[in-house]
Amino acid sequence: MALMRGIFAVMLLALAGSVVAAGIEVREFDDPVMEQRYRDLTASMRCPLCENQAIDDSDAPISGDMRERVYQLLQDGQSDIEIINHMVQRFGEYILYNPRLENRTYLLWGLPIGLVVLGMLVVVLMVRARRNASAKALSAEERARLDALINRERSS
Amino acid sequence: MTRRLLLLLLPIGFVGIALFLYQGLGRDPSQRDSALMARDFPAFEASTLRDANLQVDQSLLTGEVTLVNVWGEWCPACKQEMPQLLELADNGIRMVGINYRDTREKGLEFLSEFGDPFEVNVFDPEGSLGFDLGVYGAPETFLVDADGVIRYHHKGYVSPEDVRERILPEVEKWR
Repeated sequence: MALMRGIFAVMLLALAGSVVAAGIEVREFDDPVMEQRYRDLTASMRCPLCENQAIDDSDAPISGDMRERVYQLLQDGQSDIEIINHMVQRFGEYILYNPRLENRTYLLWGLPIGLVVLGMLVVVLMVRARRNASAKALSAEERARLDALINRERSS
Repeated sequence: MTRRLLLLLLPIGFVGIALFLYQGLGRDPSQRDSALMARDFPAFEASTLRDANLQVDQSLLTGEVTLVNVWGEWCPACKQEMPQLLELADNGIRMVGINYRDTREKGLEFLSEFGDPFEVNVFDPEGSLGFDLGVYGAPETFLVDADGVIRYHHKGYVSPEDVRERILPEVEKWR
């Protein structure tokens, strides 16, 4: 039984290895900075076909084409922004995991900050309201008692 | 009083954000528009499927409203939509094909088996014209107006209903 399980596990491992090897090519870079830029760029773009995979992690043909194009443009000396624009021109904003800041996306980027600011405002207002309420809450009789207590403390 | 108002603000805010997010949930991300909508058909230079020595470029797509269909022999939905494309061609609509990520041999085989509605087929074995068109899977169909501007994009299989309800009205609109 244990032997069977062992064989099964080895088969699974072999299968997993072959699937990964078939999917994504390995690229050689002379320049480690360029290699890092390649990794960052391909990790930040969504595969247009598979919808929730980055192109560096997808074996769809279009992802392979896009990786190839990113590689070519890097070799041509284009900047990250130029490469991103090149891709967005063809495949749309959709492929960016981090949408760019523009009219359409102000709400998207601004909402979290806006909510934090709103929350802080609410806390400040509540604290202030509570402080005012507790100061005003003493009636004339209570105030007289408080004064009496303080005076007794002083005179003893 | 202010406190009560503030407390009321919370559920209102919650419902607002929930509604906003909910309407996004119902959308189908695969039905998004092409990034090339209302832009010029990308520049290209390629040979035709039938004649390796005949070079064509983007000027092929000016002068008349044209339907551009991206297809490949390897694509099952392309075979299924062929009757619809032949019908469109019979209706007098100018059709141009882009033979995408294919070989000449297989592409020509496909045309002799399923029919050829295309005036000409651009041969795009590397998918480079497809890439510039933002194509990420065949079939895809583009409507290009007489000035060479992309006016309509259909992703995937073209059904007889699509022809009647979407493509024919769009062709009429831009003619």
